[in-house]
Amino acid sequence: MAEEVLAPLAGKVLSVAVAVGAIVEEDDELLVLEAMKMETVVYAPADGTVLAIQAQVGHQVEEDGPLMTID
Amino acid sequence: MAFFEQLGILAVTPGMVVMWLIGLTLIYLAVSREYEPLLLLPIGFGVLVANLPLTGLMSPGEGLIWRFYHYGVEWEVIPPLIFLGLGAHTDFGPLLSQPRLIFLGAAAQGGVYLTFFASQAFGFTLQESATIGIIGGADGPTTIFLAAQLAPHLLGACAVAAYSYMALVPIIQPPIMRLLTTEQERKIRMKKARKVTAREKLLFPLAATLVIVLLVPASAPLIAMFMLGNLFRESKVVERLTDTAQNALMNIVTIFLGLTVGATMSADAFLRGDVIFIFVLGLVAFAVSTACGVLLAKLMNLFTSDKINPLVGAAGVSAVPMAARVAHKMGAEADKKNYLLMFAMGPNLSGVIGTVIAAGIFLTMLG
Repeated sequence: MAEEVLAPLAGKVLSVAVAVGAIVEEDDELLVLEAMKMETVVYAPADGTVLAIQAQVGHQVEEDGPLMTID
Repeated sequence: MAFFEQLGILAVTPGMVVMWLIGLTLIYLAVSREYEPLLLLPIGFGVLVANLPLTGLMSPGEGLIWRFYHYGVEWEVIPPLIFLGLGAHTDFGPLLSQPRLIFLGAAAQGGVYLTFFASQAFGFTLQESATIGIIGGADGPTTIFLAAQLAPHLLGACAVAAYSYMALVPIIQPPIMRLLTTEQERKIRMKKARKVTAREKLLFPLAATLVIVLLVPASAPLIAMFMLGNLFRESKVVERLTDTAQNALMNIVTIFLGLTVGATMSADAFLRGDVIFIFVLGLVAFAVSTACGVLLAKLMNLFTSDKINPLVGAAGVSAVPMAARVAHKMGAEADKKNYLLMFAMGPNLSGVIGTVIAAGIFLTMLG
């Protein structure tokens, strides 16, 4: 079942640690957001494969904005 | 002979040399450690030049830096202008989405009042005690604003204490927060806050100005400018003014503020026994404020099912956004998927307002 990874807080996408097709385990580091001049790491909510990455490095995301899809 | 009498080096006193070292230490902290460099750098330089002999820089009525001080700080111009810039920087969304967290910002003023009474016990006057207590709010411009009116001779020491403790938030707060919370409490994930509309954000500065100024008129200079800056921001129709308030104007007044605050620290005003007490009492104020915020959050949890992570209570001291970052980091240490930052911003912002109100109350009673 595909699961959307949502932004836990509004911020700028600093870096993405995985690529489409990557196999991730729960709690693996997926990407880093910057909010209030602080880096915040977003972790995988579940085991699976990265299906799509909506987050773009350097772009601003809203709270609850989609970051990637994991199956 | 007149030349030799005018030679600065012959008029140097040991106290001046000590102040040079203090000034150089502040410059070092600003440059090497990046502790609040925008303020500590000009403050450090101000300390240095104000303690060079025969310059007359701080001579009342004629000195250059005295003029900056007189028209900028004594006339209460600069701190409100800083608040204009802060208002233009502030997004009140996190506060509006969880209004109950405002109480945490109010509770974290506990250290201010406690230290006010403690300072009196140490023999400070009422006015001096209020100025020392306000350090617990960890808000630089508010401390300077209050000190200039109630106890100008303590201004330099109190301002440096406030800015130092703000820079030391990540060192001072975590042990207190850890002591007062259990691992389980630090792991509490808070429920998603509701979305705040653009209209609410626009109306907030207007409503807040009316309510706060009607209740505590003496807080008007800071609150009015703070909310005006915020109105610029949220109106979204005066980008130019928002930008100027946030950047150009803020930078200009920061230069004058830092330099003059440093220059008030002359050897005879600063090298006195009670300055040590100011730093100790200021630290106590700050620690008690942190504890009060955490403890109120725990108290509120007894009465609500929608639990508050008590770490966000510590962000009720106003050091924005350092205190919120500390709460966030400690939450993430306990549970790496716990994102407290935005929840902590609510108490953090209400802490700023709370400190201004506390200053207004002191001014009303003692000014």
